[in-house]
Amino acid sequence: MARMKFLCDAERCIECNGCVTACKAEHDVPWGVNRRRVVTLNDGVPGERSISVACMHCSDAPCMAVCPVDCFYRTDEGVVLHDKDVCIGCGYCSYACPFGAPQFPTNGTFGLRGKMDKCTFCAGGPEANGSAAENEKYGRNRLAEGKLPACAEMCSTKALLGGDGDVVSDIFRTRVLQRGKGSEVWGWGTAYGKPTGAKS
Amino acid sequence: MIGRGTMALLMMAAVAVPLAGCGEKAQTAGQGSTKKSDAKAWEGTQGDAYAAGGWKAGDKDGWEAQLKTRAQQGQNEYSRSAATAGEAKSQ
Repeated sequence: MARMKFLCDAERCIECNGCVTACKAEHDVPWGVNRRRVVTLNDGVPGERSISVACMHCSDAPCMAVCPVDCFYRTDEGVVLHDKDVCIGCGYCSYACPFGAPQFPTNGTFGLRGKMDKCTFCAGGPEANGSAAENEKYGRNRLAEGKLPACAEMCSTKALLGGDGDVVSDIFRTRVLQRGKGSEVWGWGTAYGKPTGAKS
Repeated sequence: MIGRGTMALLMMAAVAVPLAGCGEKAQTAGQGSTKKSDAKAWEGTQGDAYAAGGWKAGDKDGWEAQLKTRAQQGQNEYSRSAATAGEAKSQ
């Protein structure tokens, strides 16, 4: 098996935030913490693109490199996870991450910065698979249930793909070969048909 | 005098020592750190009524096959539509 990866197809993402909602609901993520979010570029301009972003489970993760207490680890499937019992909530990982994946709950009386929380690729944490402790700290462990991440499985347009990197890239490759690229995919021609006499 | 064999060994050691730094460092949990060790995903969950069928807990190959099947069935509409078209033709 290759490493587990997310792949977001910007041509398909309609900014519905279904992935965000699925993640929040599946893991009971606290208020103020977004493990996944949708980013839109050129919002309102023809040709705008949206992309769903969370932890990318980097092969050479900068969060892991900068963590002063070494709370991160990687599973055999390439999922980057962390131990909340070791995390001190310093926020170094937040500065290091290019995707803004690490989140810090601020629900204390004085707005304290809690232990880091991030996307787990629905793989839980170091507690026993499917245990109450794991569920409380990291959310549901769908991988151990033989399922894929909730965000990808719930995506209505299948813009967000998640799973074995080889499988996901094969799905995406097939899709691009079928639909073409550039103006064939998005724009006036797609919405209203090509002008009469235009070359295909 | 250093013999040829000894010289060759020394040369090999001189080459091997710098190469040892090129290996990938293990990043899994529970290796010389305070992190807890984590169970493998394919070991499954105990008595989970919501676990997907099609594989048994502890069966690594079955788990991998289950995830691949699930990805194809759930995320690849081209294979799904092809299968549906095949079913429609056979009916």
